[in-house]
Amino acid sequence: MGSKDTVIGISGLSTRFGETWIHRQVNLDIERGEMVALVGGSGSGKTTLLRQMIGLLAPTLGSIRLFGEPLFGGGAERERALRRRFGVLFQHGALFSSFSVYDNIAFPLRELRTLDEAMIHDLVMLKLNLVELLPRHALLMPAELSGGMIKRVALARALALEPELLLLDEPTAGLDPDRSDNFVRLIRVLGKELGLTVVLITHDLDTLTALASRVAVLGDQRILGFASLDEIIHIDHPFIHNFFLSERSRRPPSSH
Amino acid sequence: MAVPSVEILSRADGGREARLSGRWTLNMLAPLIDSLRQTLEQHAAAPEVTWNCLDIEALDSAGAILLWRTWCRRLPGPLLARPEQLRIFEHLADADRQPPARGVPRSPFEAAIDLGRWALRVRHSLTDFIALVGQMLLVALHLVRHPLDIPWREITATLYKSGVQAMPVTALVGFLIGVVLSYLSSLQLKQFGADIYIVNILGLGIIRELGPVLVAVLVAGRSGSAMTAQLGVMRVTEEIDALATMGVAHGLRLVFPKVVALAVVMPLLVLWATAIALIGGMVSAQAQLDISYGYFVDSLPKAVPVVNLWIGLIKGHVFGILVALVACHYGLRVRPNTDSLSANTTAAVVTAITGVILVDAVFAVVTREMGMP
Repeated sequence: MGSKDTVIGISGLSTRFGETWIHRQVNLDIERGEMVALVGGSGSGKTTLLRQMIGLLAPTLGSIRLFGEPLFGGGAERERALRRRFGVLFQHGALFSSFSVYDNIAFPLRELRTLDEAMIHDLVMLKLNLVELLPRHALLMPAELSGGMIKRVALARALALEPELLLLDEPTAGLDPDRSDNFVRLIRVLGKELGLTVVLITHDLDTLTALASRVAVLGDQRILGFASLDEIIHIDHPFIHNFFLSERSRRPPSSH
Repeated sequence: MAVPSVEILSRADGGREARLSGRWTLNMLAPLIDSLRQTLEQHAAAPEVTWNCLDIEALDSAGAILLWRTWCRRLPGPLLARPEQLRIFEHLADADRQPPARGVPRSPFEAAIDLGRWALRVRHSLTDFIALVGQMLLVALHLVRHPLDIPWREITATLYKSGVQAMPVTALVGFLIGVVLSYLSSLQLKQFGADIYIVNILGLGIIRELGPVLVAVLVAGRSGSAMTAQLGVMRVTEEIDALATMGVAHGLRLVFPKVVALAVVMPLLVLWATAIALIGGMVSAQAQLDISYGYFVDSLPKAVPVVNLWIGLIKGHVFGILVALVACHYGLRVRPNTDSLSANTTAAVVTAITGVILVDAVFAVVTREMGMP
């Protein structure tokens, strides 16, 4: 088992859906404080792997340990305590549509059942401030938000319980380049400031270069490479060639 | 893991120092937040306390807010803290500086405004419904001129889902209602020795009233709600918009097939449920009043003129159109959130059932001269 500061330890993980093997013998260790990007072609099982990391899916074989602890077993209380140590930003935000922005962010805090409303109010306002939203936005309903704001609110909710680990599924999908750059900058600043370990799935090269300290490439049912971007692009594999070296996946550098 | 704690020390220069240590994070704080707050407030009340945060192992925003509130939302004069801790407090000060959100003040005429809003909503809903009916007529006209456009697949699919698959439940409910009605009536009829009138009561009651209404209520709950939910989710996932961009009118592909299918299948379901209910009544009458099956079947046409069956079937036809139109109307009004979906599904079922009973009353008035033996 990896070193003491391994946040996510995946060993010998295999996944099968019906007759198809999605992963075979995947091994991956993510250290504390890293920002790891998970890339791969469509259908390579990135989202499946992410869902296994957060315990929504159980792998067919192998194990995943978060913070050195197994994901499942040991009673509901232990599992809940473990789940509070990470936050997830879903691709479409997954905000509760019948709650206002304020209640969405307050929800995980209220579930702790130990904080009073005044404290929750201060925490919510602080999180809104962190993701650069204004107090008046707290009264809006999710249906009234733009795509960029949905992502920010979802990020604030993911950060509500002060997680050590943040998992992002396509954080910049569906945002225009300008907002996408802003959101990436926000994630980078927050990650540094709060000392987060970040795992993100992305298709966007700019997001990847701006955020990732290491890149894990999924393909052929296994990890093709797990290293810094400079090393990854030297791996000889058709997917890596297409993904990193084709001109069309780069957009002109934005001015800021 | 070190528990967050406060320690009071006397300093060499005579002042007091509150030394904070441990992990001031949400996880650690949550169980002992109340006692910590009390301790902190005690110390904050004392004058000239130096706050020493240097020994804190970890400070997150929850811990920072706890301190921030004991310090009355500003940094205390004598404070020892590390730069990264100060940055969290800066964020807090920044959040405090944002203008607070103010809700719109309530107007004194709120009740009148609410009433007006409700009236406008009802009017809007009514005009939308009338527009939907008009749209269906236009679609029907279009299909008369272009028979190739008739959405057969959608119609037959709805026929199967709302008709064939509803047969078991309508049969079960119909049979039980027939048994119960026959049993209760026979108890009364026995007292007067008017046993043979059970045929009249069951025949008229079930064929003319109970059959159509029963089936309409079941179909409204079963298929109406499904239609509303389906259209609602299609609206949420923008499938209806996608259809529109392909030049496919949702009126023709989504609403019209449902209306036509229910209009066709409801009379058949009424016939089916009525027959089963009469069989239930017949079984019960035989057991209670000793009326033979042969006599029951033989005297039914004499007791109940056949026009009652036609009235029942026409009712079924009208109820079917009504249920489908109401379900589609509410389905298309769903806005993209879960609340709206559930509210509109409820409204669709309630409105459909209420509408069915209202229309049934109209039928009763209009046809009061017809079909009496």
